[in-house]
Amino acid sequence: MIATAKIEAVEAPNYLTEKHGIKSWLLTIDHKRIALLYIFGITGFFVIGGVAALLMRLELLTPATDLVDPETYNKLFTAHGIVMVFFFLVPSIPTTLGNFLIPLMIGAKDLALPKLNLASWYVYMAGGAITLYAIASGGVDTGWTFYTPFSTVYSTTHVAAAAIGIFLVGFSSIMTGLNFIVTIHQLRAPGMTWFRMPLFLWSHYATSVVMILGTPVLAVTLLMVLVERVFGVGIFSPELGGDPVLFQHMFWFYSHPAVYIMILPSMGVVSELIAAFSRKAVFGYVFVAFSSIAIAVLGFLVWGHHMFVAGESVYSAMAFSILSYTVGVPSAIKVFNWSATLYKGSIAWETPLIYAIGFIGLFTIGGLTGLFVAALGIDVHVTDTYFVIAHFHYIMVGGAVMGYLGGLHYWWPKISGRMYPEALAKAAALIVFLGFNLTFFPQFVLGWLGMPRRYAAYPPEWQFLNIISTAGATILGVGYALPLVYLTWSWKYGPRAGANPWRATGLEWQVPSPPPTHNFEVTPIVTHKAYDYAGMKEQLGLG
Amino acid sequence: MNSLDLLPPTASTYASQLNYFFWVMVTICGIVATGIALFIIYCAIKYHRRSPTELPPQSFGNIKAEATWTVVPLIIFLGMFGWGAKTYFDAEQPPPETLNIWVLGKQWMWEIQHPNGTREINTLHIPIYTPVRLTMISEDVIHDFFVPAFRIKQDVLPMRYMTIWFNATRPGKYHLFCAEYCGAKHSGMIGWVYAMNPNDYQVWLGQGGGEGSLAATGQKLFLNSGCANCHRPSGHGPGPSLERLYGTPVTLATGAVRIADESYIRECILGKKGGPVAGFTAIMPNYSGRLSEKQIIALVSYIKAIGPETDLNQPSSSGNTRRDYSSQPGIAAPGSTSISGTIPESR
Amino acid sequence: MASESLALREQFGSPGHQRDTSAVGMWLFLATEVLFFGGLFVGFGVYRMYYTQGFVEGAREMTLVIGSINTAVLFTSCLTMSLAIRSMSQGNQFRTYVLLLITIGIGLAFIALKFVEYYFHYKAHKVPGIWFESSSLYAGAEELFLVYYFVLTGLHVIHLSIGIGITAVMAVRTAIGRFSASWHTPLEVTGIYWHFVDIIWCFLYAIFYIPGFHK
Repeated sequence: MIATAKIEAVEAPNYLTEKHGIKSWLLTIDHKRIALLYIFGITGFFVIGGVAALLMRLELLTPATDLVDPETYNKLFTAHGIVMVFFFLVPSIPTTLGNFLIPLMIGAKDLALPKLNLASWYVYMAGGAITLYAIASGGVDTGWTFYTPFSTVYSTTHVAAAAIGIFLVGFSSIMTGLNFIVTIHQLRAPGMTWFRMPLFLWSHYATSVVMILGTPVLAVTLLMVLVERVFGVGIFSPELGGDPVLFQHMFWFYSHPAVYIMILPSMGVVSELIAAFSRKAVFGYVFVAFSSIAIAVLGFLVWGHHMFVAGESVYSAMAFSILSYTVGVPSAIKVFNWSATLYKGSIAWETPLIYAIGFIGLFTIGGLTGLFVAALGIDVHVTDTYFVIAHFHYIMVGGAVMGYLGGLHYWWPKISGRMYPEALAKAAALIVFLGFNLTFFPQFVLGWLGMPRRYAAYPPEWQFLNIISTAGATILGVGYALPLVYLTWSWKYGPRAGANPWRATGLEWQVPSPPPTHNFEVTPIVTHKAYDYAGMKEQLGLG
Repeated sequence: MNSLDLLPPTASTYASQLNYFFWVMVTICGIVATGIALFIIYCAIKYHRRSPTELPPQSFGNIKAEATWTVVPLIIFLGMFGWGAKTYFDAEQPPPETLNIWVLGKQWMWEIQHPNGTREINTLHIPIYTPVRLTMISEDVIHDFFVPAFRIKQDVLPMRYMTIWFNATRPGKYHLFCAEYCGAKHSGMIGWVYAMNPNDYQVWLGQGGGEGSLAATGQKLFLNSGCANCHRPSGHGPGPSLERLYGTPVTLATGAVRIADESYIRECILGKKGGPVAGFTAIMPNYSGRLSEKQIIALVSYIKAIGPETDLNQPSSSGNTRRDYSSQPGIAAPGSTSISGTIPESR
Repeated sequence: MASESLALREQFGSPGHQRDTSAVGMWLFLATEVLFFGGLFVGFGVYRMYYTQGFVEGAREMTLVIGSINTAVLFTSCLTMSLAIRSMSQGNQFRTYVLLLITIGIGLAFIALKFVEYYFHYKAHKVPGIWFESSSLYAGAEELFLVYYFVLTGLHVIHLSIGIGITAVMAVRTAIGRFSASWHTPLEVTGIYWHFVDIIWCFLYAIFYIPGFHK
């Protein structure tokens, strides 16, 4: 089962081995190599954002500001937010798993616009470099939300550089989204109708629509912040009659749909994992597919729920509140359909499934607490406190990151041609789950108690809860470090994987692991619907 | 307060209402979350894969199930929306009679000004069982006035008055936080709210106010800044009379009708209200940059004090009238007889 | 045809497929541009509502003659661009090349006129952040109007410059024979972009210049 040197010599050429040398990587237009380029970037930024978080949690072990000074703490939470949101969460699944899998899943030889794909990586890295420069050369202290007039007039840190870095990475996002939409429309193999596509594709399509329509508004908002800061003119600051609340409207018009960019791909992954590891079609396929579209559309209508106490009128607040409740319905539909898929399935407790089930549980809690913050009366008390922090971390970390890790493990054999060490992987998944809950559940309590966010110091009576949270964060850090180590190890030393180790449906499992550069020798003709386990049982060796 | 308190104190009328709603939400969401979790764990155990090639019976969907788990959550969510909106909406409108206190936020402290002239830094003394209305403004960036025990929170903006009200129900000392990130010492922009029995509050209030009430300070400014030259009490000057103005509707030359509340007066002083009053020309100098927020607060207090005598009216959008407890005895508009206001009796 | 098979990429079934895909890509990109400029239009609209008087003052600073000439100029460039594409589809390589050069020339004229306008604004001390003076009652709002004017027209000039650059590349490719009557997709896609830039100008003309006609 473990390859020997001799067998390696007769291994079929694949996208990893076909060409060698740094130029073949940096000038590649193969979507699979570009996905790996992105994995390096994404992982690097995740580590940077994670270190910032760890330092914050260490500071919060004690009520006083003693580990770092307040200005440094402010720069830490800003760096954590900017790096995690713009350089990790928004790109992660689409640029890694999405790039790798979308052509494979639809039966195409590459994305529609491969050079644009490579360009998007360079733009991502350029934006990242500029932002890292801003952080390393003294930091930014405005928070990732850049509220005016603090960011445009009062802050003395590298706001302009950070804004330029984020502006650039936004274009990377737009390029990726555009590429996916064009690909899904134009390059589906014969017989791959919209309703035969795996749900991963529906999620990525919805995500891409949000990316291309929302990101330009962020770009223009940051541009205005830059103009105000560099030229000293009043657009968002009140001295010249500008309106700081207008900034908030424009900022959140993108940044709320951005959270759907961060979660929809993960939901797509979870659909695939639940199907594969219960060996059943996803229950209510059409409903799950359309729920992604519904989330994308409704997601554009709710941005004002970030501004209930910011000075918007009572009537707008009520409109945004009721719309925020409606956007919760499609997510609920997904959770119920995934649960129904598990019912009477054939459940294999593999690592990807542990992550998927962890996702469902934690996303559900995160989503239910969303009902709290959508309630006008309650939000007045909990907005800008740790309650909101806990709410969105349950969704972003308990949801999006768990989905990312689950997908990474599930498709690892396809990407690398190797299996990861099973026992260690399961242990890491459980450590992540435990560490996560220990970190963030106490934060709900802290938020309801009234602990504001972005505070380096807090009343001494809240120390106990903060200590639990920091302990959880340390455990979570260990849980994340483990895959970094064993996945890297498995790249060279893991047992070789076959084309379809999970016996799953999906065109990506019909090609060798790792796939050849051009994916399919012959364009496949699709005759089965999605997750057609019964119809494909001979092919998969089941039953 | 010790570290095993997992709940904040409940010290206002709004906090009690909110607690009830909150616990109902926790119960419903707790039941749903537990239900889903138990169901998934049950499936994972009962339907554990028995052999590597096992193929379970396939099921693809059920319209009735989809309809149920779409409509039922939607109805529950709309119910939650309704309750939340009602709680919020009822709390939006202050009652007709409030004790009005000014709050000035700046990096990184809170300056509170009571109508009788008492100032405090980072503390707010208020009587219980009295509706208190805070009119707040920032001198620099956006801050946020947050008192967890009262469950109130409101962003404090530069160049614009924001108001919030509450009715404290328990004497005590409660946390006050700035809850909108405002720069280096954001976590230091904290203080205490002291809710006191009304008698104790009167005693405390009497200790301050050495420099005279806000309205008196405002009157001095009114004379020294040249306002009185144009705004004569008779109304025959280049500017309209400001006596009996506060709280009444004003028609501008553009045809728009505004209510002369704190924001309107501030905008007039700073030249931002969008044109002169009907029947007057736009010759009022712009005091932008020449008066601090504190001075504007004093001027507004003065104009409130010379407002309509019998009905100290602030018609709100719901048509209620509001008696302003902040008027003080002894303030006279130039040339007019003095008026007396009232101080609230303790309940 | 030689030029087609050179250009056909492996992931496409046919040249027609590839052409459609390029067009879809460009339309999607233009959708993002609508949101990009749209964000600024919304901000402008909000402030126009708040500060109607000040924005009227700002509109009075616009050089209507140059603005109107520029509008005519840009419309003409759209005509020449369309004619260029039509020429290519008729197989007339030389006429296409000439029309593309004319289009570039007209685009450059637009930019030159724009910078003349900017210079006039500078001379009149109406450039926010660099040299702005106003004795109006509504100076703050007037400056806000001009901020939006410079940012929006500045972005437009940048987009037009990119368009000119791309058109230049297209002109070169036309000259060396890369396109044919049956395949000239990059040219068509460039045309779509060019027309979009003109449409944005129409909106800018409407919100900045036309109010100034009403003295």
